[in-house]
Amino acid sequence: MHERRRPRRPKSPRAPGRTTKPAARVEKPAQNEQISPKKAISERSLQKGRPPSQKTKDALTSTPAAPPGILQGPATPNPVTTTAPAPAELVAPKFPTSGPVTMVQSLVRTLHESMSADPRIVVLGEDIAKNGGVFRVTEGLFDAFGETRVIDTPLNESGIIGVAIGMAMNGLRPIAEIQFADFVYPGFDQIVSELSKMRYRSGGEFTCPVIVRMPYGGGIRGGGYHSQSPEAYFVHTAGLHVYVPSTPTDARGLLRAALAGDDPVMFLEPKRNYRTIKEELPENDGAYLPPGVARTVVEGTQCTVIAWGAMVQIASEAAALANDKGMSVEVIDLRTLVPMDVDSILASVRKTGRAVIVHEAPRTCGVGAEIAALIADGAIESLEAPILRVTGFDTPFPYALEHVYLPNADRVLAAVDKAIHF
Amino acid sequence: MPVAGLPATTAAPALSREHLLLLYRWMVTIRAIDEKMLMMQRQGRIAFFGPSAGQEAAIVGSGSVARKGDWIFPALREGGILLMRGFPIARYFGQMFGNVLDTQKGRQMPMHFSSGEHKFVSLSSPIATQLPQAVGAAWASKIRREDVVTFGYIGDGGTSENDFHSAMNFAAVGKVPCLIICQNNQWAISVPFSSQTASDGVAIKAAAYGMPGIRVDGNDVLACYQATQAAFERARAGHGPTLIELVTYRRGGHSSSDDPTRYRDESKVPPWLLVDPISRFRDWLVAGRHLTDASDAAMRAEIKNTIDDAVKEAEPAATVAVDTLFTDVYGSPPATLLAQRAEVIGDGSGKAEGAFPL
Ligand SMILES: Cc1ncc(C[n+]2csc(CCOP(=O)(O)OP(=O)(O)O)c2C)c(N)n1
Ligand SMILES: [Mg+2]
Repeated sequence: MHERRRPRRPKSPRAPGRTTKPAARVEKPAQNEQISPKKAISERSLQKGRPPSQKTKDALTSTPAAPPGILQGPATPNPVTTTAPAPAELVAPKFPTSGPVTMVQSLVRTLHESMSADPRIVVLGEDIAKNGGVFRVTEGLFDAFGETRVIDTPLNESGIIGVAIGMAMNGLRPIAEIQFADFVYPGFDQIVSELSKMRYRSGGEFTCPVIVRMPYGGGIRGGGYHSQSPEAYFVHTAGLHVYVPSTPTDARGLLRAALAGDDPVMFLEPKRNYRTIKEELPENDGAYLPPGVARTVVEGTQCTVIAWGAMVQIASEAAALANDKGMSVEVIDLRTLVPMDVDSILASVRKTGRAVIVHEAPRTCGVGAEIAALIADGAIESLEAPILRVTGFDTPFPYALEHVYLPNADRVLAAVDKAIHF
Repeated sequence: MPVAGLPATTAAPALSREHLLLLYRWMVTIRAIDEKMLMMQRQGRIAFFGPSAGQEAAIVGSGSVARKGDWIFPALREGGILLMRGFPIARYFGQMFGNVLDTQKGRQMPMHFSSGEHKFVSLSSPIATQLPQAVGAAWASKIRREDVVTFGYIGDGGTSENDFHSAMNFAAVGKVPCLIICQNNQWAISVPFSSQTASDGVAIKAAAYGMPGIRVDGNDVLACYQATQAAFERARAGHGPTLIELVTYRRGGHSSSDDPTRYRDESKVPPWLLVDPISRFRDWLVAGRHLTDASDAAMRAEIKNTIDDAVKEAEPAATVAVDTLFTDVYGSPPATLLAQRAEVIGDGSGKAEGAFPL
């Protein structure tokens, strides 16, 4: 029941090749110009086969066409004046360059390509160098780019984030890995008090284009501290973008989007789907997915199910089960929680009249609560049933009872059924 | 037990034969459990395991100093100390299986042992968080004027976390009866000690915080015992904390999920560090006529039987009740949580409201 629809993007006419003069690139980090967001958006909409939302239309018609939030502001508020280190002699990458790949392989490939093209990118974290990351997402980067750009840090998350902030302020593009989202909390202060607010509190003079990657979520028998879904904390913190890809293709497109923007991005990777879905990746054309554009995974008419990350697959399974029972369910993958594609949510709910929100995190004050409020605000006149949530419970994440805690297709189906037969 | 490359330890502590053999027995037991659990993990019978092979001297030598009422705040590799305190071995395995024998009701991954009765605090995965808590427990002992010493454990990687430094500072400032014991096994998953800190070892860090730091051959069980005992007496006498660095080596992978051949080259490790603490102690015991090949073999056979029996008892134990998902979250649970519980297991009427099958 994996989502198999593959966004196919034609090669960008100005696809960035491997740069021969990295220093020149550093002085003029032109990533914003290389990829036309306008193009990216129109492709997404066309490919989804649904009419573009008003926001999309705006984006298509306005000339400089920047997706909200991500590409605005000065291109380089912190210009690099020093010469960045030249990329090391490229070592043969340790990832498949053709054929279908997993999310892990997609991320490895995208990191490798991005680091080859942009010498400002450094990756740092625990066990990411020689070991290639405990989930192997940085596999081969150490061999390819060396210890200057692939940094095994001491075991200290506030250090990782804080150092990444300083690096970003001084012209680099750090990608920090937190080994498990559950271990982000020692670095929480640096994220919530510093990373998110640097732009605001410096009057826009300092920005922190830091990407904080972290595997999150349950389903791997990881118990209380290798399973949590902390997205709500980040969504609640002004200043942070929050991306949660659900497929190998989206992981690539969203990682590129994160690299193209100037805002800090919390990049949550559903580890349960790290190796379960394989897709053929689009060419290395530099195209990225504009943040804030949801994807309609399954089209339907009676109930909208909204999900992200690993729950997209669960929602899709539920939609298939519902279909067998004669119910028509639409599944929306939000892809990014900040910015959130509220237009798409509302358009779908206006069509179906019902909404079920699925997330792994505990229910109370989860992102589902915010989505329910947005739906109530924007589409209450269309609602034919209460907005329902299928979520983890308000308990710590369990070990033996993980299967009870995690939303599954049956639970989602039950909620869909309840909504449709309300 | 002199070993090339390290200064000879001072004279061995005067311990009875019975005591010496008890230390040895626990070292052998911990190794035997390691081997059994790693095998069971490969067979898919437990989900995860964190071995302590090579660290038995550090674990047993330091942990055996703790008395019944002393607190233990462990890190990942000190589970054996819980057994030394009399915790039933079948329940220990129950934790690995996450079933009803587990004191924590199957709520945590394997290795996260806990027992209130044995004052052995549930290991928390987030590294180093236990150490300030250990200092707090010790601080309470000081305020309550009780004769209790707290043992807080940490790995070498853990010394990089902020909480290690908070703990050191508070412990020294509060002059609390706490032992901060670092098992420096040279690795934090794939990161070697040399990348963890630029300082010359862990013990030296104590100086800046204003407490004694001592560096011990962590593969010598008697040295570990002796150093810990001295720090322990110091703490009891009201002289405050000590940082004890037990220099040892993680012989295996970080955990059952780890492949150390990806990142380390054993040929570069100084041989003294690779000495197996068990065979080293065994040779010493044999030389001192405390142990013979025959008595050693008999002891090992007995240990193996105990472990096998305990696994046989623990493995088929019942799974935890679904209700335990919702209990112990709060002392007074809010209505929202009770409503969620009712969704899953019903409200006592025996029928779940929610239609979802478990
Ligand atoms: C806060 C936090 N960050 C990262 C991890 C992941 N992790 C688990 S064990 C470990 C290495 C620990 O090394 P060390 O402290 O030396 O203990 P050892 O495993 O060697 O006993 C890491 C990085 C974690 N558990 N908690
Ligand atoms: Mg270690």
